[in-house]
Amino acid sequence: MSAARPALTGTDFVEQRLRGTGTTDWRSWLLEGALLLSLLIALGILIVLVGDTLIKALPIFSERPIEFLTSIVSARPERAGILQAIIGSLTITIIVAVLAIPIGIGAAIYLEEYARDTRMSRFIRTNIRNLAGVPAIVYGLLGLAVFATVLRLGNILLAGGLTLAVLVLPVVVITTSEALSAVPNAIREAAYGVGATRWETIRSHVLPYAAPGIFTGTILSLARAFGETAPLLLVGSIAGTFNFVGPPWEQAFEGYTTLPTMVYHWSGYPQDEFRALSAATIVVLLGVILLVNASAILLRNRYDRKW
Amino acid sequence: MTESGDRMSLDTLNPRTQDQEQTEREEPTIRLMTTPPRLNDSAHADPAGSGDGVAMRFPDEEIVFELESLSCFYGAFRAVRDVALQVPRNKITALIGPSGCGKSTLLRSLNRMNDLVDTAHITGSIRYHGVDIYDAQVDPVEVRRRIGMVFQKPNPFPKSIYDNVAFGPRVAGFTGSMDDLVERSLRRAALWDDVSDKLKQAGTALSGGQQQRLCIARAIAVEPDVILMDEPCSALDPIATLRIEELMRELKENYTIVIVTHNMQQAARVSDYTAFLTMGEDRAGYLVEMAPTQELFTRPANRLTEDYITGRFG
Repeated sequence: MSAARPALTGTDFVEQRLRGTGTTDWRSWLLEGALLLSLLIALGILIVLVGDTLIKALPIFSERPIEFLTSIVSARPERAGILQAIIGSLTITIIVAVLAIPIGIGAAIYLEEYARDTRMSRFIRTNIRNLAGVPAIVYGLLGLAVFATVLRLGNILLAGGLTLAVLVLPVVVITTSEALSAVPNAIREAAYGVGATRWETIRSHVLPYAAPGIFTGTILSLARAFGETAPLLLVGSIAGTFNFVGPPWEQAFEGYTTLPTMVYHWSGYPQDEFRALSAATIVVLLGVILLVNASAILLRNRYDRKW
Repeated sequence: MTESGDRMSLDTLNPRTQDQEQTEREEPTIRLMTTPPRLNDSAHADPAGSGDGVAMRFPDEEIVFELESLSCFYGAFRAVRDVALQVPRNKITALIGPSGCGKSTLLRSLNRMNDLVDTAHITGSIRYHGVDIYDAQVDPVEVRRRIGMVFQKPNPFPKSIYDNVAFGPRVAGFTGSMDDLVERSLRRAALWDDVSDKLKQAGTALSGGQQQRLCIARAIAVEPDVILMDEPCSALDPIATLRIEELMRELKENYTIVIVTHNMQQAARVSDYTAFLTMGEDRAGYLVEMAPTQELFTRPANRLTEDYITGRFG
């Protein structure tokens, strides 16, 4: 035995172990390489896509950046702009924010802080997760059936907003739930321990602690609503609407268009001019989403620093 | 002479066998009664008070808590079985025993903190100044206001030192001078000198021992009657521990303190009464004996207690 294996003690053994056996660990080297390759593939695809879009959009932004943003839809590509789409996307995002954020946060607070952990509440939780995974087009069908047809709203902006609010609601509930469940129980116990009620505990300690997570989650869900296309195509988002007649709140009951809709619309044309319009719209869309995400991060950091 | 003869026979007749464990598990209080006192000490292990489901009585003390056949459950699991004990006023009562014997559960049921655990419930009764705190008409929020708590890990709110102390009085609708109350509470918790010039700083930035004193200040700011302490020093170094112990001795002038501790020296140092709990084979904790601390540590009535405090248990 002692001849087959080195002694388990002594400086020789330690030295041998520390210096290694001199052979390369091929398996870990391979694994590391494979992981790096995955990262490069993901990054590479992204760079190619964004780069291609930027190059295609370059003519628009070099020739008429302001006009592009402030003109309305036109059949002549050299005049066409995305003003209606910007207004439509922003309005829809506001509708989503007003509806989905309070309802979603409220539902999450109930689920996490009030509901007892029963089979029913677990069932509901699981299904909210499932809802978040339902394809967006299904929500479009729901919007068409419920908001546009049953509620007789028709193909108007409000119907689109409602549809997207329903779409992001489960996401808001889930992210808020996660932020709330990440609040240490010690905080709750401390508040209850000095005689706070459940609501006082939630308002004064649990919500402020969870706020950064809730902010990020809800802002990111708004970014998702901002970029969503498929459901809106079913509830009336078409290119070239918005008549700008009448006050803004009346626009909510008119036909509408959004940025992703314009991307879809223009990319259907064979001419390069329209392709360029489509690419430029993508750039605007990406820019807004990046801005929204950056503000989410800023908000989170700011709240983190408060403590 | 008879005394020592008794003892010898007791030791030889009752080796710590599985059978004995079994008996103790089923009839802990009976065994408590049948165990003869080691010495001629009538005050010790008052036989009248240690019947099944009846608390060991302290006739000279004013009683704050009276527990009767208290069992605590988490779902179907019984964590604490049939505890009967009394907690005397303006004294420090220590709960000691091995890990998992239900000390913390017992403590947390005293101010209904375990209500926060969905599956937790109790049977039996806990009377606080004669009122059953689990009565349907009792408001648990009011219970917790009167019976404060200090936790194992210091858990200051992630807010300023001032707000940590002021939160309790604020939600209780305190209308006096908050600055005075905060100062008074911090002074009583022996923290004022450390923090008087940085009340606006985060409570979480203090050292562990200071944080725990902040938690004590927070607990006494609502002027409770009882302070429950769940291993308050287990996360602290020996010096911080001594300061908290000193503080506890000062606080018992005004408060009744119940402390759970793993540290027997601590129980011996600070407490007036000690209750020893251990775990049966069904993993439910039960009370083995409760006595004035001095007596429990020098002349334990029960073999299990003796084994535990001398480090020979299991």
